Amino acid sequence: MSICIKGTGIVSPQKTFHDGGFPDEVVEYRGIRYLKCIEPPYREYIDPMTGRRMSRIVRMGICAAKKCLQDAHVTMPDAIITGTGLGCIEDTEKFLTSVIRNGERLLNPTPFIQSTHNTISSAIALSIKCHSYNSTYVHRGFSFENALRDGIMFLHENPDSNVLVGGLDEITDHSYLIMSRMGFWKRKPIDNLALLEYGDRGSVPGEGVSFFMLGNRTDDDRNCVRIRASDILYKPQSEEYITLKLQQFLAGQDAGGIKPDLLLFGLNGDPRSDSIYHNIHNILFRDCNLAYYKHLCGEYDTSVTFALWLATMILRHQQVPDVIKLKAFEPGEINNILIYNHVHGINHSFMLITRC
Amino acid sequence: MISAVGNDADEVFQVLKTAKTGIGRISLLETVHTDELPAGEIKLSNGQLREMAEMPARYPCSRTGLLGLIAARQAVRQAKIRDMGEFRTGLVSGTTAGGMDRSEVFYRSFLDDAGKGRLRDVVTHDCGDSTESIADGLSVRDYVATISTACSSSANSILYGSRLLKSGMLDRVIVGGAEALTLFTLNGFNSLMILDRNICRPFDLNRNGLNLGEGAAFLVLESDRIAKQEPSRILCEVTGFGNACDAYHQTASSPDGHGAWLSMNKALMTARLHPGDIDYINAHGTGTQNNDLSEGLAIEKLFGAEIPLCSSTKSFTGHTLGAAGAIEAVICVLSLVNQVVFPNLNFNQRMNELHFSPVNTCRSDVHLRHVMSNSFGFGGNNTTIILSVYGHEHLH
Repeated sequence: MSICIKGTGIVSPQKTFHDGGFPDEVVEYRGIRYLKCIEPPYREYIDPMTGRRMSRIVRMGICAAKKCLQDAHVTMPDAIITGTGLGCIEDTEKFLTSVIRNGERLLNPTPFIQSTHNTISSAIALSIKCHSYNSTYVHRGFSFENALRDGIMFLHENPDSNVLVGGLDEITDHSYLIMSRMGFWKRKPIDNLALLEYGDRGSVPGEGVSFFMLGNRTDDDRNCVRIRASDILYKPQSEEYITLKLQQFLAGQDAGGIKPDLLLFGLNGDPRSDSIYHNIHNILFRDCNLAYYKHLCGEYDTSVTFALWLATMILRHQQVPDVIKLKAFEPGEINNILIYNHVHGINHSFMLITRC
Repeated sequence: MISAVGNDADEVFQVLKTAKTGIGRISLLETVHTDELPAGEIKLSNGQLREMAEMPARYPCSRTGLLGLIAARQAVRQAKIRDMGEFRTGLVSGTTAGGMDRSEVFYRSFLDDAGKGRLRDVVTHDCGDSTESIADGLSVRDYVATISTACSSSANSILYGSRLLKSGMLDRVIVGGAEALTLFTLNGFNSLMILDRNICRPFDLNRNGLNLGEGAAFLVLESDRIAKQEPSRILCEVTGFGNACDAYHQTASSPDGHGAWLSMNKALMTARLHPGDIDYINAHGTGTQNNDLSEGLAIEKLFGAEIPLCSSTKSFTGHTLGAAGAIEAVICVLSLVNQVVFPNLNFNQRMNELHFSPVNTCRSDVHLRHVMSNSFGFGGNNTTIILSVYGHEHLH
């Protein structure tokens, strides 16, 4: 396969909405229950009259997509494909609340219109008048992976095209409360940079919107980063099976297999979820540099897109930010990065990202 | 498939032939609109659906998930799949509101007190949950995906599944969609003032909106290599698919139907067919002023003076949103296999802007080789599928 990442645009709880690599300053959040995005300057990307009626995630989505188009020097993509676990949950909650509170009478349709999961991909198309292929995937921890698979197939079918692929999810008070009751989040407020130090159950939720421009070729070899391979694993029966699949995944890429220079794993501070990452590091990659990222963006269904953006920045700029380093850090050239993430032990995702 | 016109494909076929609608008074969904808004409701309780789906009581499952599992089990049985592990097999499902039917129950208690509401009723909220319930029920392991592009969701499942096979990633893929009737969607469409208070009249001069419905449908797609091993199981072939964005308005279709024309044209191109090859169009035909005009004009633009037979079967099933594309694809399969075109109910008078009328009686004097199914969604997410009798290349 091997697909070029030609540009990125990302809104996250870090200062990532800018040109260039990883931000100089890491944002530390103290005593928080969830991480929220630093919102971009909407006015520069959306007509204020139009933007006024849009929800936060739609506005962030359009900004990140437009930033990505600029970064890739593409004006009109040949496909727009998004992945989102919960979609426009804020408007969904708003409309559901009004249905119940108003006894099904006299309802404002705007939140209903914007509650559909494809709102963002179609709002992007609408904002740039793009009539091309347009789709939205909504499968939990596979939402972005489903979208990426579509984008990769699209590039095989249409080799000269540019495909805009994104992952997005938003946090709301209600979704936070409900998922807390399910035991997904930590009971007490935390400091994000100390996420792995608490040791109690649960993670910290977050949110983000990331877009990537994918193509088969790039004019800019210096900055070129490739998605060499990606695969998913649904409800694997054991850790041994995951380990085996991961080995096969790497072996399938090259005659002799690939040894990653950096591992970017989805540790989220919940020991129930993190043990697999440590075990795999010990079994398969004992001497390999291990990094993590969810203390910067929080846990959400499409958080793997933050990792993909980070990997792109690391490969482009050959710099690993200190704040993500976890184990065995050796300086040296970084030519390939293995991203491994899983959501609730159900949806497992592997991606191999390399320099061109 | 399961829908308001029958609990499996055979039942649906019998009802479609008799031209009897499944749309009527809502009796199971607890809504204040029962006397005002008819819908294509499946008259089975969640308990009855659970039994049909062979879903144990201990597992939380939304009505959407139950409908989906029932339809998918039927498809797997009909395809005579004995061992799900025999080939690399995936499941792709489309839905718009997912497990909203249970979330509504949860939210009533939760809104009064954030500590209240049974979690069992909300763990099935997200769209992926129903897909995983179906995948687990069928023991599908190799690939799962869920699509939500509003009313074209499950048409895009068929498109995505076909491409997964073509790319060689899978050998077999079960594609379709599921949607339960919910207060959320009923009130959503009602707030947009596009629900007909009577039974819908697609493509009629006096059409006055759509009726919602619920249901699920799945199809088993196989790569040519696998399917050929047992050709007697082959019902028809997915030959074309097109996806385009109208990019006109968040909910309304463009007046000239540009996006609809694009998706139909793309489908013809992937199928390598000419407009004249299409023998029947199962239209999106919701019955709203906007859709039927926009779609009708796009059909005229593409097909010119030679408009194929055309009907909207939403007048039987209601608009099943995320499931509509798959339900109508299965109806197209029934049409191809039985060489019959089902009518567009309640059509009386041609629209002023159009030069064609939909088929309004059941037609068996037809020779169907290629049929087209349209599904158009909010946000201008338009998808067209073309199904053909198997081995059509030899028919020319």
